[in-house]
Amino acid sequence: MMTQTPERHAVVIVGGGPAGLAAAIAAHEAGEHDVLILERDTQLGGILNQCIHNGFGLHTFKEELTGPEYAARFIDRAAELGIPYRLGTMVLDISPERVVTTVSADRGIERFEAGAIVLAMGCRERPRGALATPGYRPAGVYSAGTAQRLVNIEGELPGREVVILGSGDIGLIMARRMTLEGAHVACVSEIMPYSGGLKRNIVQCLDDYGIPLLLSHTVVDVEGRDRVEAVTIAEVDERLQPIPGTEVRYPCDTLMLSVGLLPENELSREAGIELSPVTRGPVVDQSLQTSIPGIFACGNVLHVHDLVDFVSQEAAAAGAQAARFAQEGVEPTETRGIPVKAIDGVRYTVPSYVDPQKMDDTLTVRFRVANEYRNRYVSVYLDDERIQHRKKRVMAPGEMEQVVLKRADLMERAGVSSITVKLEEE
Amino acid sequence: MAKETRELICINCPMGCPLTVTLEDGVATSVTGNTCPRGDSYGRKEVTNPTRIVTSSVPVDGSAIERMVSVKTASDVPKEKIFDVVKALIGVHATAPVEIGDVILADVAGTGVDVIATKRA
Repeated sequence: MMTQTPERHAVVIVGGGPAGLAAAIAAHEAGEHDVLILERDTQLGGILNQCIHNGFGLHTFKEELTGPEYAARFIDRAAELGIPYRLGTMVLDISPERVVTTVSADRGIERFEAGAIVLAMGCRERPRGALATPGYRPAGVYSAGTAQRLVNIEGELPGREVVILGSGDIGLIMARRMTLEGAHVACVSEIMPYSGGLKRNIVQCLDDYGIPLLLSHTVVDVEGRDRVEAVTIAEVDERLQPIPGTEVRYPCDTLMLSVGLLPENELSREAGIELSPVTRGPVVDQSLQTSIPGIFACGNVLHVHDLVDFVSQEAAAAGAQAARFAQEGVEPTETRGIPVKAIDGVRYTVPSYVDPQKMDDTLTVRFRVANEYRNRYVSVYLDDERIQHRKKRVMAPGEMEQVVLKRADLMERAGVSSITVKLEEE
Repeated sequence: MAKETRELICINCPMGCPLTVTLEDGVATSVTGNTCPRGDSYGRKEVTNPTRIVTSSVPVDGSAIERMVSVKTASDVPKEKIFDVVKALIGVHATAPVEIGDVILADVAGTGVDVIATKRA
């Protein structure tokens, strides 16, 4: 079977969630009609299928949709365009020469040669094992996304008395969801002095239901041998160490974890793609191309987003670039462009390199900040010259920010060797 | 004239704009901090008659692909009716085929608002 000639497609897209769908549609609309989506689940739509709450798509469609409705808009558009996809098909390997190896129950192992590849594998929840929570490993400890799937897709209630560790958006959404399903959510405990989730979710998922958000608190003990019986929560100091004497015991049957998302880059790593230690996603240039020519990345596999609208925008750009690469190839260049530096409160930027010759008239550079800031300026420097300076009332690590670079600004200043994005007090 | 201000976070979209609503004698007279018209109407409504869209999922019978189908109130309902809405959904089943927008429960909990499907099944 492995000796069969691989099927060839101009653009192969790994993942049929919001990023993969938008990339496929954009590649098709850019004139490349030989596009194939590979999806391991039994349906398209990715994580949106279990995100049944509303609040999606206001930027894209000017109306407020639920996750499945937002996904359906893209699934329907892909169907209109006749974009083929394979379900139940798991990508096992991506080679630097752009050969994709897959496995599926009905077709076994297959290989696809791609003119260009778009990585759109999304992200995964940080598991309990990544946290140093003490205690046994009883039943009743769920990642928030697993619990979300159980409630919304399987129709099962994972518990009745719930404590949530971590204030990521899925945890906040699940605090409300569990409450509406008749469970009692005692509290959401967050080790940092600020929430990792969106402010709107704190308002409509916790405040609406009187669920306390305990900032600078963490779980110090999990009781129960077969099933969770109680957890103990303590306040932490500035070094995030529990403060003795502040422990409070919460009897409960369920501990839900919402402690961060990690881009799912096993395939990228094995392909030899350079990954950022900050985002854990590929390091990309202005066309969202990774360190391997012809392999592009977008959505949560590139960096974790909080708005699917921005995933769709980013993925559309990656899809169009992949189509262009597949059709024209791109002449190799010595460097990847001007490096974008993230300093002084800016944790990272996407992209990390900008080639003014190859960029469009404008380029959205997305970033996250390192802490909660009030009344700071977001500044962009080309070498030592400040070209953008914009005041923001509030910035927080849980909310992605962006600046827009103009090609004209870079072209007017030949020989710029660095672009810097940073926060300034004035 | 009693004048007061209230600080809110707009929940219309994930931007989460910080709003300042000014009330005079209990009537919202101005909203600032919003970046779109939805923020203005949210601010005024939130201090007088707060409302929410309610989402849930109900079992679906006869579907080859889904056990549950996701649903929402077709428009926002008064905040104090949220629990009445979810209680009214207890025991409600959808029957396949379900199309997005199909009415799953009409006039839920006397709100005059229908609960509609948000996924095909």
